[in-house]
Amino acid sequence: MSKAKEVLLNPIFNDNPIALQILGICSALAITGSLYPTLIMCVALTVVVSFSSLLVSLIRKHVPNNIRIIVQMTIIATLVMLVDELLQAFDYETSRTLSVFVGLIITNCIVMGRAEAFAMQNGPWLSFVDGLGNGLGYSVILIFLAVIKELLGAGTLLGFEILPLVQNGGWYVGNNFLLLAPSSFFIIGLLIWALRAWKPEQVEVPQYTIAKNSLNSEERVI
Amino acid sequence: MKNNDTISKTLIVAVSLCLFCSAVISFTAVNLKDIQEANVRLDQQKKILASANLLDDEKSIEELFLNIESKIIDLRTGKYDTSIDLSSFKESDFARDENTSIILSSEQDIATIKRRENYQKVYLHYKDDAISAVILPVRGYGLWGTLYGFLALEADLKTIVGLEFYQHKETPGLGGEVDNPRWKALWKGKKISSETGEILISVIKGSVNKDSPDAIYQVDGLSGATITGNGVSNLLNFWLSDLGYGPYINEMLTKRSSSDV
Repeated sequence: MSKAKEVLLNPIFNDNPIALQILGICSALAITGSLYPTLIMCVALTVVVSFSSLLVSLIRKHVPNNIRIIVQMTIIATLVMLVDELLQAFDYETSRTLSVFVGLIITNCIVMGRAEAFAMQNGPWLSFVDGLGNGLGYSVILIFLAVIKELLGAGTLLGFEILPLVQNGGWYVGNNFLLLAPSSFFIIGLLIWALRAWKPEQVEVPQYTIAKNSLNSEERVI
Repeated sequence: MKNNDTISKTLIVAVSLCLFCSAVISFTAVNLKDIQEANVRLDQQKKILASANLLDDEKSIEELFLNIESKIIDLRTGKYDTSIDLSSFKESDFARDENTSIILSSEQDIATIKRRENYQKVYLHYKDDAISAVILPVRGYGLWGTLYGFLALEADLKTIVGLEFYQHKETPGLGGEVDNPRWKALWKGKKISSETGEILISVIKGSVNKDSPDAIYQVDGLSGATITGNGVSNLLNFWLSDLGYGPYINEMLTKRSSSDV
């Protein structure tokens, strides 16, 4: 596998930013209630992370070490504001639905993490591809969450009725819990379990194990 | 590799990056401003229609808005005012200008809006040449910020058609539930005032007891959002009082009763 292809595809399942690195959870919880805003959010994040990596990588040899984090933040913030402005102009409804979460891409650890961990050490092309890959990794998880939540929660996908709800004369009783943010914890948890069962090398080594009870402790109680 | 950590290099990088980024942002913001403002206007019209339950999937907002007439009223007298150009009216500018607004004392200012403009823009919905709904802009402080919205009343000016907020900063999931269609539906048919004209409408804590004689003036509170609920009660009470649309409502009612005779 060529380096670029590896950098692009690795974050999707092998080194997923959400499922393995557990980053960017905030927006994954909050905006996955329905599929359409989720798709827009995925595009927004992917654009921001790939272009911020590209730009950071382009100027990486000139960035003074002690202000590098601020430089990265400035670039990321600029891109996020650009995306936000564009959304407000061309998809106002979705921009209202996503509200603060577009702005919060600035603090999304995936973006910052890729800029600091990858783009500062690698060339522009590879950094761009890495950003794209991580954006896709994030998107895969978000779309998966949104499909489950919208389909089983509201019986629709992208607003089209798939499972007719009882309220509308159908047979399906929507699971309202799935429409709320906390349900994402459960789905992400199950997803991580499934992913690690499929790829056991992702399972972390336990940091400590609980020691077995010694015989003495029993005696001491008595 | 060159040394990047000198003071001059640090300053050069920081300043040029900031200049570049701000230029990019300003350029986009200026160029997209018109489209964004058009979106906001359309959204506002949509909220006005939504407050009076007039939205129709088959018709465009512009088309539906043809049945709506906007008029400027003088809040001090309650009469229509034609001296102010409709398109130039901006609530926030009028409320800030000393010549077109009054300062509210702390007892008067239950909605915490500090200054009240002397003019407001109201919207009248016509059906078969008769007024079927009057839509009044309202605003007031909730928990985190000012809620801006529209209150739609039936032609009797006592019965609520709907309440819709187009801008607020309440906590999503708690106070933010003022946007929840199920909660908004509770407003329909509620009365704002008693027979004697006392303003009684309020958001209560918990659910409304349907057997209580006051149930017609009460709306269920939002759980976890008592302060937002109080804010909504306060802003309605303020805007329906004599400092708000009270004179206008009286004016409309007297005009109607005189035309009936």
